[in-house]
Amino acid sequence: MKALEVHNLRKQFDRRERRRRKRVEALRGVSFEIGRGECVAILGPNGSGKSTLVRLLSTLLLPDGGTASVFGHDAFRETRAVRRLVNRVSVEASFFKKMSAVENLSYAARFYGLRPSETRERIPEILGRVGFPEDRRDEPMENLSRGMQQKVALARALLTAPVLLLLDEPTTGLDPRSKQEVQEFIREVRAEHDATVLLCTHDLAEAESLADRVGILDGGELLCLEPADELKARYRSETLEEAFFAASGHAFENGEGGGG
Amino acid sequence: MRTMNLALRHELVGLGGVIERNVYLVKRYIWWDVAFFIWTVANTLTIVFIAKGIPAAGGHIDVNRVTTILLVGAVIWAYLGIIFEILTETVAWERWEGTIEYTFMAPLSRPVHLLGMGIFAIGYGVVRAVLLFGVVAAFFSLHLPDADYFAAVVLLIVASISFIGIGMMTAVLPLISPEKGTQLGFVAQGVLLVVSGVYYPVSVLPGWMQALATISPATYALRGCRAAILEGAGLNELWGDIWPLLVIGVVAIPLGLWTFRSGERYAKKHGKLKRSG
Repeated sequence: MKALEVHNLRKQFDRRERRRRKRVEALRGVSFEIGRGECVAILGPNGSGKSTLVRLLSTLLLPDGGTASVFGHDAFRETRAVRRLVNRVSVEASFFKKMSAVENLSYAARFYGLRPSETRERIPEILGRVGFPEDRRDEPMENLSRGMQQKVALARALLTAPVLLLLDEPTTGLDPRSKQEVQEFIREVRAEHDATVLLCTHDLAEAESLADRVGILDGGELLCLEPADELKARYRSETLEEAFFAASGHAFENGEGGGG
Repeated sequence: MRTMNLALRHELVGLGGVIERNVYLVKRYIWWDVAFFIWTVANTLTIVFIAKGIPAAGGHIDVNRVTTILLVGAVIWAYLGIIFEILTETVAWERWEGTIEYTFMAPLSRPVHLLGMGIFAIGYGVVRAVLLFGVVAAFFSLHLPDADYFAAVVLLIVASISFIGIGMMTAVLPLISPEKGTQLGFVAQGVLLVVSGVYYPVSVLPGWMQALATISPATYALRGCRAAILEGAGLNELWGDIWPLLVIGVVAIPLGLWTFRSGERYAKKHGKLKRSG
């Protein structure tokens, strides 16, 4: 059984432009599969549809067409089952700002059925593993740096032991050291937890270093999905950036996409 | 059977999580609560002083009785405000903090999620209502020897079932309209109280408003609480107000859940279930 099977997934949004409603295609018939334990990076510029894809797989959006299944469960009909298997780290750390790291993790764990007796030891242990300082665990999140907050976000995702981890630009906006720590931790999670990872990013180096296969998403279309070396070879490119240019017809930074 | 037990256990733990989170928030925002409580006391005083003002302007009323009638109205207004505010925050506050996507993708059933918010709202609202009543009653040295406070609190809790059902319907508004949803919740609260005789008898209202009053749970909550506090009516005597509340509650909760579920589906379809709306 595949960890993730996506077939012909389509999503449009209404956009208001100069008093007119316009339908914008965020995803145009995206199809791919991910095997258990695999890490796949979806590479795309802002607006290419990466976040829409992650939000669909997180059960936060309904598609206009197509199917997606997580370990055999329909992502849009069996949402409860899928939610138990999936967790996510996004570009924004997303916490109650006045609450501490421990408080934020504690209530979030309850939503996944973890009792206080289970989290009492597990939360300090996971925070320790992501390198979160012990003396700052009870401080409000708003006092913490972005890097620290992102570590707590990783801890929150790990606490629920997801078998499919959705990472939506998890290192965007982090300083180089925090970025390296987060990437190191993603490798560790894969190695130790048998987790399948879908990494959506616009960081080319990150995609290449973390993923088994790299896909290029542009304007809501998945142009290709294969190991980085094969991708570069196919487009006769030295770098992923050149491969992106060859695949999409435009430079990576200036990419125009369909939506979120 | 074992799977069912496990699922039930997960839901109960999740329910505890919703309450736990709200307790943390009260603890972390305690000065907001203190400031809001002082504002509510001041607001209630301005309303209750009307009873003292009428004789001063030459009117003849039983000041103690009118003071109590106004106080009960103001306390229930404040209580309903808390219930609606907390339920509306199910979406609005989460969107403000940016946690909405994580909460709505968690494997917690929506009825349990909303029930957790409702249980917390009742507990928190009752504590605030009792404190407000106590502070203002002490300020006016109200002497209420016949009051049956137990019956009044029980009636308020029974009324809360309906309030939560209606609150679920208003909670969906920020999901559908991130910009105007919260304000529309206040409109619903205001309309509910204006037709329910918050500071006056329902009989003074126009006919169409009186018709609306019969389906408003606040009508029975206000009438029952006043009877319990002013005349010392016990639960047996309040049955005439309790059973309509139970009937409205039985209708309002499923209707509230259905409305919220429909709103959530709409939000998922149109991409509104996200932090920026």
